[in-house]
Amino acid sequence: MGKKTIAYIDAIREALREEMLRDPKVIVIGEDVGLGQGAFTVTKGLYQEFGKDRVIDTPISEESIIGACVGAAMAGLRPVAEIMFNPFMALVMDPLINHASCYKYVSGGQVKVPMVIRTLVCQGRGAGHDHAPFYASWFMHVPYIRVIVPSTPYDAKGLLKTAIRDDYPCIFYEHIDFYPRKPNLGEIPEEEYTIPLGKADIKKEGSDVTIVAILTGVKTSLSAAKKLEEDGINVEVVDPRTLAPLDKQTILDSVKKTGRLVIVETDFKTAGVGAEIAAIVAEEAMEYLDAPIKRVATADIPISFTNEKYILPNEEAIIKAVKDIC
Amino acid sequence: MNLNKNTLIEIYRNIVLLRKLDEKLIELFTAGKVPGWIHPYVGQEAVVAGVAPHVRKDDFFCATHRGRAVHVLKGTPLRKFVAELLGRKTGINKGRAGEMHVMNWEVHSVSSGIVGATFPMAVGFGIACKLEGGDKIVFCTFGDGASNRGTFHESLNMASVWKLPIVFICENNLYAQFTPSKLTTSVSDIAKRASAYNMPSTIVDGMDPIAVYEAVGEAVERARKREGPTLVECKTYRYHGHFYGDKWETYRSPEEVEAWKKKDPVITFKERLLKDGVLTEKLVEEIYNDVNSQVEDALKFAFESPEPSPEDVYEDL
Repeated sequence: MGKKTIAYIDAIREALREEMLRDPKVIVIGEDVGLGQGAFTVTKGLYQEFGKDRVIDTPISEESIIGACVGAAMAGLRPVAEIMFNPFMALVMDPLINHASCYKYVSGGQVKVPMVIRTLVCQGRGAGHDHAPFYASWFMHVPYIRVIVPSTPYDAKGLLKTAIRDDYPCIFYEHIDFYPRKPNLGEIPEEEYTIPLGKADIKKEGSDVTIVAILTGVKTSLSAAKKLEEDGINVEVVDPRTLAPLDKQTILDSVKKTGRLVIVETDFKTAGVGAEIAAIVAEEAMEYLDAPIKRVATADIPISFTNEKYILPNEEAIIKAVKDIC
Repeated sequence: MNLNKNTLIEIYRNIVLLRKLDEKLIELFTAGKVPGWIHPYVGQEAVVAGVAPHVRKDDFFCATHRGRAVHVLKGTPLRKFVAELLGRKTGINKGRAGEMHVMNWEVHSVSSGIVGATFPMAVGFGIACKLEGGDKIVFCTFGDGASNRGTFHESLNMASVWKLPIVFICENNLYAQFTPSKLTTSVSDIAKRASAYNMPSTIVDGMDPIAVYEAVGEAVERARKREGPTLVECKTYRYHGHFYGDKWETYRSPEEVEAWKKKDPVITFKERLLKDGVLTEKLVEEIYNDVNSQVEDALKFAFESPEPSPEDVYEDL
């Protein structure tokens, strides 16, 4: 199989384009996705290629954008919406939570609601309390919403294609740190591929401690692991890639092997992603643990445009957490 | 507008059926035999009965939480429908949706328990109709209260900008839950709001099914010709509370209720059709008997049906 190098942002656009070519039912909808090329040029060129009826520029009406996706999906389309910044998801809760996630079941299996919401995690850019936070556990809490957190170009393309074909609502998180091309190149197959939901990827094998990390936490954990290697600590880095469904088995197997667990997440700590993962490990693999579980997360205070450097997890915090239990 | 004798009789029959169904449900609810709540449609029947002759099976139809009429007149078999309201496994949604949330996707009817949630859904259906081509359209009923939701503004704007084939039908019954609309709503005619979206609108007597039929007919024609959405406001009234059993005496007067009952379509429409020679006393009796046996048959079917089992709970996931 041939391989090619691609940037994260281009991998996402390639997934969108391929799925739009493959299935005329796929539409892209959101603020600025057409003429505006998407907030950070992710959807560049799609409007010109597929036209205004399949790449739909909307008014600033988040709730109705997502509500319209619910209707369009029920009617047989496969909408991919863009909600520009992750905290704006607060505006779309009703159609997503009270309708999209439940309709298949409460209709007695009559309808499905296949839709994807791409949303940007814009941490570390001084974007402020209503643009910067990362909220993933909100949606992990709701049955039958898919929560997808790709950290590499390979994962982004393969998972987005799967999400578009999936019959449930999917939230697809993209981190702003992944958008610049040069530091975010990766290899993908020339040929078409998809990645199943609920399948974690071990980004680095190790034997002394398991780090479960998501989004930018993966990269930071890998660099922390390199430094910890110098201190003789051999770290395994597990990237769940999707938080719902969650690949519990890969996490449990890793913890059973290493006996130690650190969770690296950039959402707020309380009732966050790590809380769920820690609970699963405590319930199902307590006897394998040689030390307490540690969580490295964003401090539980509102984000301001100047405080991120003090409250977001960084490499130093990861190294400290690992050393605390090793 | 061309309304033949059979259509007039059908409209009358539907009004009688909806009334009978609700009265029976109220009786069962009072006896503790209906799970959840019921939001009676009694008084408003002329609205959906007047719309129904324009609706095709493949059209989309968004109902409100008070939306039983939509699902019944869209063509949901009465047995499956009543079984659903009683939470039975044989219900159209396997006993999972209940009164507020019935959906029959074979005929594209849907409802929501969230007031105003169906506006954006209607937009989504409209986008699908437009992409598909053809002349399929969307009907979206809503109350005066829903017109105060943000989704009303967002979605009517979208529908207008994109010329979506939607007929918005406001059932203005003057009360949003337990509060008179005049205390909460900046206009007494919801139709006025359409002008903000550059959308044509009209106001009709919602107690007169022919007036509803005619106004909606024009809107349907525009939508099928892909000329854009229309808002039709129907002035109507619910005789019971927001849900059955609320203390409506606290927020409206018995005199007001009685005044509206003088316009009751079950009586006034019958008298009109008798006078015009469309109905005869004999036919009226036949319709009553037929509707009665249809409702009784559906109830018998529902009560004989099993409730969902613990295993059923984990199906369709």
